[in-house]
Amino acid sequence: MSEQEKKESVLDKRSSRRTFIKNSGLTVGGVVLGGALGSLLIKDDKSTTHNTDTQNHAKTPIANPNIALMFFTPNQYQITQAAVERIFPEDANGPGAKELNAAVYIDHQLAGPWGSNVKDYRLGAFYKAEENQGPQTKLLRKDLFLAGLDSLNKYSNDQYKADFKELEATQQDEVLLAFSEDKVELYGKVSSSQFFSLLRTLTIEGVYADPMYGGNNEMVGWSMRKYPGSRMQYVAEIQDEKFIELEPQSLNSHMGH
Amino acid sequence: MVTKLPKVPVVVVGMGWAGGIVSAELTKAGISVVGLERGKDRTTADYAMGHDELRYQHRQELMQDLSKETITYRNTVSGKALPMRHYGTFIVGDGVGGAGSHWNGQTYRFLPYDFEIRTKTIERYGIEKIPAWMEGLNDWGITYDEMEPYYDTFEKMAGISGETVELWGKRTNPYPTPPLVKTQLMKEFEKAATSFGYKPFVIPAANLSESYTNPDGISRGACQYCAYCENFGCEYGAKGDPAVTVIPVAKQTGKLDLRTHSNVLELTKSGGKADGVIYVDMLTGEKFEQPADVVVVASYVFNNSRLLLNSGIGTPYDPKTGKGTIGKNYCYQVTAGGSQLFFEDREFNLYGGAGALGIEIAEYMGDNFDHAEVDFLHGAGIRSTQYGDRPIAVNRVPAGTPAWGAEFKEKSIKYANSNFPVKTQGASLPHKENYLDLDPEFKDEFGYPLLRMTYEYTDNDRAMGKYMSAITRKFAEEIGADIIDTNEVQAPFNVNKDGNTHNTGGVIMGTDPEKSALNTYLQMWEAENVFVLGASAFPHNSCFNPTGTLGALSYRAAEGIQKYLKEGGLLVKA
Ligand SMILES: Cc1cc2nc3c(=O)[nH]c(=O)nc-3n(C[C@H](O)[C@H](O)[C@H](O)COP(=O)(O)OP(=O)(O)OC[C@H]3O[C@@H](n4cnc5c(N)ncnc54)[C@H](O)[C@@H]3O)c2cc1C
Ligand code: SF4
Repeated sequence: MSEQEKKESVLDKRSSRRTFIKNSGLTVGGVVLGGALGSLLIKDDKSTTHNTDTQNHAKTPIANPNIALMFFTPNQYQITQAAVERIFPEDANGPGAKELNAAVYIDHQLAGPWGSNVKDYRLGAFYKAEENQGPQTKLLRKDLFLAGLDSLNKYSNDQYKADFKELEATQQDEVLLAFSEDKVELYGKVSSSQFFSLLRTLTIEGVYADPMYGGNNEMVGWSMRKYPGSRMQYVAEIQDEKFIELEPQSLNSHMGH
Repeated sequence: MVTKLPKVPVVVVGMGWAGGIVSAELTKAGISVVGLERGKDRTTADYAMGHDELRYQHRQELMQDLSKETITYRNTVSGKALPMRHYGTFIVGDGVGGAGSHWNGQTYRFLPYDFEIRTKTIERYGIEKIPAWMEGLNDWGITYDEMEPYYDTFEKMAGISGETVELWGKRTNPYPTPPLVKTQLMKEFEKAATSFGYKPFVIPAANLSESYTNPDGISRGACQYCAYCENFGCEYGAKGDPAVTVIPVAKQTGKLDLRTHSNVLELTKSGGKADGVIYVDMLTGEKFEQPADVVVVASYVFNNSRLLLNSGIGTPYDPKTGKGTIGKNYCYQVTAGGSQLFFEDREFNLYGGAGALGIEIAEYMGDNFDHAEVDFLHGAGIRSTQYGDRPIAVNRVPAGTPAWGAEFKEKSIKYANSNFPVKTQGASLPHKENYLDLDPEFKDEFGYPLLRMTYEYTDNDRAMGKYMSAITRKFAEEIGADIIDTNEVQAPFNVNKDGNTHNTGGVIMGTDPEKSALNTYLQMWEAENVFVLGASAFPHNSCFNPTGTLGALSYRAAEGIQKYLKEGGLLVKA
């Protein structure tokens, strides 16, 4: 498949999913949520008959079960989607972080051990750090992220009288810039740039980590930069004078060997 | 409660390269060894899902768990040190193989100049060339020629792939396997280097260029340039890793009692010797005392100093008086002066590579050039490497590009395959106020003080970085990059940003017990049955990655331990 064809086929899949979403009317920020959908169907189910449910299911295209929320509320998820899209926006190269499911990735990461800093040193007192001593904050990543989302909204309302996700892209950029430059009070003594840096890191990870983590949808993050993902060897390619473009492969291709 | 176990001849703390080599050599000689390793056991099968950038590189799968212990850091003696709470500059190893499982494999010998640095510097430039703050700069007590056989043994064991370099010390044998292949990027560097009259060489690698069987009978396959090397284990066994070389050999003798999840808390002592060690089973919390005739401390640079300080073995270094030895001459690696090259219409296959794949020149290393007119000592390798650019970690954009947003995305994608660096790797010489001691406040999860690092780059480093920047710039211009960003200034050390784990010193070797902790068999002057192995023994760091030299010294220490078990006493007269 050529690069162009591949992008088109991804778009096709996306638009058919969109159609389904529009019809079902059950979306959180443009992506179907298996959990929300399921629970509503069950509710329907009680008031109607069993058959409706089965029929409904039969008509449902197979959604990616990885796309569901473990941590965020739907609103938090939507703010995150808006924010990651500004960090890594859609452009002529292809989709932005939103379409690549970076917000799903972030939800899953914050729900897991990393979100609770389990491998970080957390003993002793937390003092203010000098420039080169690295962050010294007691706040867990997951709590820092939520505090950041709250502040994004609060600051957006102060400046523009609207929630962050409702703002124009250029206004969102202004807000994020202020956060990155530490101009916003966040939570206690925690600086807004700390949240911004977490958001940026997580966005890049969500765009480029293996798709098994929930982001990098259809490996398009990789194909945009002609990155082949995880292949077993490049003996020939690295000796070649010319650039060789390879289709990306995920870790899934290493299963069953 | 501590359960006391029966005494053994040798207990080894830590199962990385140093602990692995010494365990293999002693068990092959019929000596029983108890190997204590705080992490888990590992084999090649652990790496089946190894090509996972997030898990291994950004979530530090193979590295030590900082929730249990870390280091504290401050830039100056007057500052307050604070813990490195998350990664981080230093990505210290954990589990069988230690950092030797996730290292790159660049495997060098140090220069003849390094081992006699004080004598040779004074001979050529006079004593005035050594600034007062660098008074810790000393000869190692051993010459390159004496080291040569040990280097040879290490290289044959690991199967190092390389080519002979004229400006280095003489070799008795060629490298056991030929150098790795040259990529287009390396050819660009080579062309430029040759045009300047330099003699570029392919970096010696523990990534095997072809399949190889070592003198212990261990066979391994060739490197596939899979690009998941630095920070990752090798699913082919092509990377020299203690877990696929020396440790299986030790296991096979039946003489190695390997106890994993066994974290050593302290050494016990009586008289001028160690009695053994106290360790805790990290899975159950049970504590044990393991008595031994010889205690080998091979727990990496940081814990080597920390264990001795927490056990009251050896005299702690005091930067005010210059007295004492444990914690002295902590050195690092200087990498200022690099140039970043960007190309508008050229693409390289940067997604492929290996941990030690690269090309370099030796003309600015050590004392290979005249220092009479420059205000620094020693030097750097000028090099380009191709490790395989992974997309979360590597997003190089020209200076001035924002770190996020539309322009960032566009440029990071545009240059993803159209850039490479010409870098430097420079020596780090001792400063009397760069040292290691115990933190007065922060503790590990068992209540033992953490190691405190006091470190800042020196005037020598800044002058050297500036000097080298002109050379990397010259390379970049000759190669014909469209955009060149040169870093001329060595920024202050930052414990969460600086980019390598090449720590050295703290328990250094030498000839004078007043100035060094160890003799050249890595035996402690102040406790003759304690041998402290690792780059902690280096009196300074050269312009190379440390492992070739610490591997060679581990073979020498293994020889010394056998002699000590037979004869006792100090192996070298002070
Ligand atoms: C990403 C990376 C890349 C590198 N690349 C290179 C390179 O290209 N070339 C090079 O020369 N060097 C390189 N290095 C450095 C190299 O890995 C080390 O020099 C080398 O592995 C050190 O060997 P060691 O045996 O002294 O320590 P380690 O390999 O760290 O082994 C020490 C072992 O001791 C264990 N331990 C520690 N404390 C205790 C305790 N209290 N009780 C029980 N066990 C304990 C640890 O778990 C560990 O397994 C790299 C390092 C890193 C992190
Ligand atoms: S680059 Fe080579 S040595 Fe490194 S992990 Fe891949 S195959 Fe192994």
